[in-house]
Amino acid sequence: MQSTSRPVVQAEKLGKQVLSPAGQLIILQDIDLTIHAGETLAIVGVSGSGKSTLLGLLAGLDIPTSGRVFIDGTNISDLDEDGRARMRNQRVGFVFQSFQLLASLTALENVMLPLELAGAVAPDIEARQRLTEVGLAERLQHYPNQLSGGEQQRVAIARAFAGKPQILFADEPTGNLDQKTAQQIIDLLFSLNSEHGTTLVLVTHNPAIADHCERSLTLAGGKIIAS
Amino acid sequence: MKTFSLAVNALRRDWRSGELRLIAIAVVIAVASFTSVSFFTDRVLQATELQSAELLAADLVLLSGRAIDAGLIERANAAGLISSRTTSFRSIVIVAEKLQMAEVKAIEDGYPVRGHLRISNTLFGEESITTELPAPGTVWVDVRLLQILNIEPGDQINLGASQLTVSKVLTYEPDRGGDLFNIAPRLLMNMIDVPATELILPGSRVQYRLLLGGKLDAIKQFRQMIESNNEDDLKIHSIRDARPELKSALERAEQFLGLAALVSIALAGLAVAMSAQRYAIRHFDNCAIMRCLGAEQSTITNIYFIQLLILSVISSLAGCGIGYIAQHGLSALMSGLTPEALPAPSLLPVATGLLTGMITVLGFAMPQILRLRNVSPLRVLRRDLAPLPLRGITTYIFAVVALALLTPWQSGNIHLTVYMLLGIFVTGLILTGSARLMIHWLNHLRSRVGVAARYGLANIARRKNQSIAQILGIGLGVMVMLLLTLIRTDLLESWSNKLPDGTPNYFLINIQPDEIEMLQAFMQQHAALTTDIYPMIRGRLTAINGKAVNPNVYKDQRAQRLVSREFNLSWARDLQAGNRLVAGNWWSAHETDNTQFSVEQGIAETLGINMHDKLTYSIAGQDITGEVTNLRWVEWDSFNVNFFVIANPGKLEKYPGTYITSFYLAADKKKLLIDLVKRFPSVTVVDIDALLSQVRIIMQQVIKTIEFVFGFTLLAGLIVMFAALQTTHDERIHESALLSALGANRHQILASLIAEFLCLGLVAGVSSAFSATVVALALAEFVFKMDVFINPWVWLIAPLICSLVIVLGGLAGTRKVFNTAPMVALRKI
Ligand SMILES: Nc1ncnc2c1ncn2[C@@H]1O[C@H](COP(=O)(O)OP(=O)(O)O)[C@@H](O)[C@H]1O
Ligand SMILES: [Mg+2]
Repeated sequence: MQSTSRPVVQAEKLGKQVLSPAGQLIILQDIDLTIHAGETLAIVGVSGSGKSTLLGLLAGLDIPTSGRVFIDGTNISDLDEDGRARMRNQRVGFVFQSFQLLASLTALENVMLPLELAGAVAPDIEARQRLTEVGLAERLQHYPNQLSGGEQQRVAIARAFAGKPQILFADEPTGNLDQKTAQQIIDLLFSLNSEHGTTLVLVTHNPAIADHCERSLTLAGGKIIAS
Repeated sequence: MKTFSLAVNALRRDWRSGELRLIAIAVVIAVASFTSVSFFTDRVLQATELQSAELLAADLVLLSGRAIDAGLIERANAAGLISSRTTSFRSIVIVAEKLQMAEVKAIEDGYPVRGHLRISNTLFGEESITTELPAPGTVWVDVRLLQILNIEPGDQINLGASQLTVSKVLTYEPDRGGDLFNIAPRLLMNMIDVPATELILPGSRVQYRLLLGGKLDAIKQFRQMIESNNEDDLKIHSIRDARPELKSALERAEQFLGLAALVSIALAGLAVAMSAQRYAIRHFDNCAIMRCLGAEQSTITNIYFIQLLILSVISSLAGCGIGYIAQHGLSALMSGLTPEALPAPSLLPVATGLLTGMITVLGFAMPQILRLRNVSPLRVLRRDLAPLPLRGITTYIFAVVALALLTPWQSGNIHLTVYMLLGIFVTGLILTGSARLMIHWLNHLRSRVGVAARYGLANIARRKNQSIAQILGIGLGVMVMLLLTLIRTDLLESWSNKLPDGTPNYFLINIQPDEIEMLQAFMQQHAALTTDIYPMIRGRLTAINGKAVNPNVYKDQRAQRLVSREFNLSWARDLQAGNRLVAGNWWSAHETDNTQFSVEQGIAETLGINMHDKLTYSIAGQDITGEVTNLRWVEWDSFNVNFFVIANPGKLEKYPGTYITSFYLAADKKKLLIDLVKRFPSVTVVDIDALLSQVRIIMQQVIKTIEFVFGFTLLAGLIVMFAALQTTHDERIHESALLSALGANRHQILASLIAEFLCLGLVAGVSSAFSATVVALALAEFVFKMDVFINPWVWLIAPLICSLVIVLGGLAGTRKVFNTAPMVALRKI
């Protein structure tokens, strides 16, 4: 089944270096990777191994210093920042460890935001639907600081699915949550994922969560050591 | 000790990461403007006074009722000062059967210490500057005495037991005294001839003066020494006592500079408070972790307190350094205005500057820093747990105490300080109120605008307290800038217009009632001048509220002088131009039943006269009593004819009086005066041309100074705006990165930022235009006593400039958003 799906994200000889006070610091090196439509992929590794950096590159939040990333066949380095923004808006959804909701907007407005940015016709209708799916139909007008961590992450998940992205990137989405809530969030994420038929790339250091995914790759010192 | 090294390390870290830079910059500006302004107010005004020394005939004059003792002169000479004594008294001059009271001044070598005497050989003849004194046996007398006694140079006069020869006409004497028309005709004689006149007897009223000249520093030291010795028979005479015209100009200048200084400190304080807020927010995490690791609340407070203290000392010193350099700039600006270079600044401004910096930092930053102790250790788990926002009252109390500590050094003027604080307070209220209104209104608008603008507007509403604080900071900054611009323009304009070409340079006094019409016709015919003529009656104040006036109860020398002699009264139907009522009402034409007096505010203060007091004047031997029904402020620097005390019409007319007028005569028409004196022999001409040009020069200097100080205050205003914007930069950068991650393009992010900045700018601009107008009117009315023309364009210009500065400044501060990958910005939290 995998072989018949088309690739949505491809990385070729991907590398990332930054200039630190101590000199050039290599964060990622020689990453080759293909992610197919509809698959679920876990990226695991110890803290500092480069997981978030890789995720950011695959999602087009940053550009590599060497190698190339293709999203839907487009080299993200060929796009300007606005082009990448459009790409993220149309094809990509995010869930972050620290929720990253806009504190000035209500739950509903947070979910509407990507839809509005895309110029959707009736953003509030879809946003309500997404929030209902995550079980927050009653909390539409609440601000993030009026919600618990788990609820905030639900809003973030609803926002990630708004606009029907092809691919979802989640960076340790349960890192800030207690075990029970974490399990609920993971279950929600996976069930919505299969419901929407989205491709899911999930960063975690928890092997139990990684086991939910069809495939996993392990990073260490900026390199893939197992796949 | 442990805390101290913790604090030092934290300071080093925070400095490297750039977090404390804005506080440091604000302090540097506060201290730099403070030290420079205190330098300006102190030294420049002092230099201006020196410049005015010409009008005192010396740099410093000491007055005494007893002969100046030789010890004092020795001390002065030892201090490197040059000196010369004068002895003044009134005496009758006799020529044939004619008697005339004259003001006699005996002088010795070295007179005048500053300025020059001018003399001529004949009445209205060619004037020349002289460095000589009347030779022994001769006297120089003024035009008035010549006219009254009907004598010419070469004639003999009798003065006491001596007979002396008039050798020259005295046309100009630098220190002839304050009241141009109140004084008797003048006679200048050589000190050597005084004993022979036998006029100085025990108990006679004689004024001894010691005129001193020297370097500014030496003069200042000597003056301080005299003041601290408190030698009660010695009085210091300064230029302010000498010339009411200059007094009001210098007072306004001082007030303006005081205001500017105060305002720059208040603004810098505001900037410190706002940057401290940002600093505190950035340190919530640190503190939560420290608390988590077991730091006590007091440890947290101490660490940050010590950190701030060190920072304030270092940046204050830097500010002092800048102030010092600015002083040099100023000396260059002032060179050519003073005969001598300004003395090197003392270390005093460094000490006060240091204290100012520390008070500014602690007063304005401490409330924010105190917040840090309340960070909950739980924040480690839930990052959005921020300590309660400050209660407004805490901030205000700290700020008001800090300002109260700072103001006494800046302006000795309590009124100004009160108005200023009131102005800030009222402006604060207006700004807060309009900010609240706007936020409320914008929240309604939110659902009706596009996504970018919606997000911008939502931000303003959500950051409600920060938005209000920003509008407050920005609005206050702009208000002050507008205010100073408004006042400055009008102040400077009113000064440069004050003495336009054509300002009266001659006064005619002693005009007899039956000469008025002929004189007016004469002036019209020969000089095409229409002249206003005012009545003048000599009277002596004998009682206030029925209590006899005793000159000796007044401490003030001027007060003693005023009550021991006759002075000029007048009557008038209408309030004269350049006069302004400060209390009571002007009489209407039909109020002729009771005698009423209108008294000039300054003299009322000097003599202790209040509204509704009953004043008794002795006029030509008769007592006349009336009630004070109003107090007036008089624009003395206009050089128009003005009176200290004016009665309502119908009361003084029956007493013998003369008339007075003033007019402008170009130099080439001076010949006319000879005809005039021949035609109206009893009329006396008073020439004030020299005085006028002196006053003009002084005003030019004051104007330059004000321009310079004004620049500093503008800088302080800009810093506040910058600091206010900075408070939310971090949040904006982070949120913009998040928007970008969600797919917003540059255009959308830019639009949301602009929407937010524009709203802030418009509200701050409109409200500050409003408050600036109100405060300017209040200051003009109650402090500066001048007409201010409020340009209606401020209503357009203020919001425009405000929005422009805020949008540009805001975008510049958040430009990082546009050239960093969102990943990098998102990591930073
Ligand atoms: N912009 C950056 N500057 C310097 N070092 C960075 C930067 N981004 C990431 N790193 C470093 O790269 C390494 C990998 O970071 P990250 O991708 O966040 O790891 P992970 O998510 O696996 O914990 C870490 O050591 C981190 O400190
Ligand atoms: Mg990570």
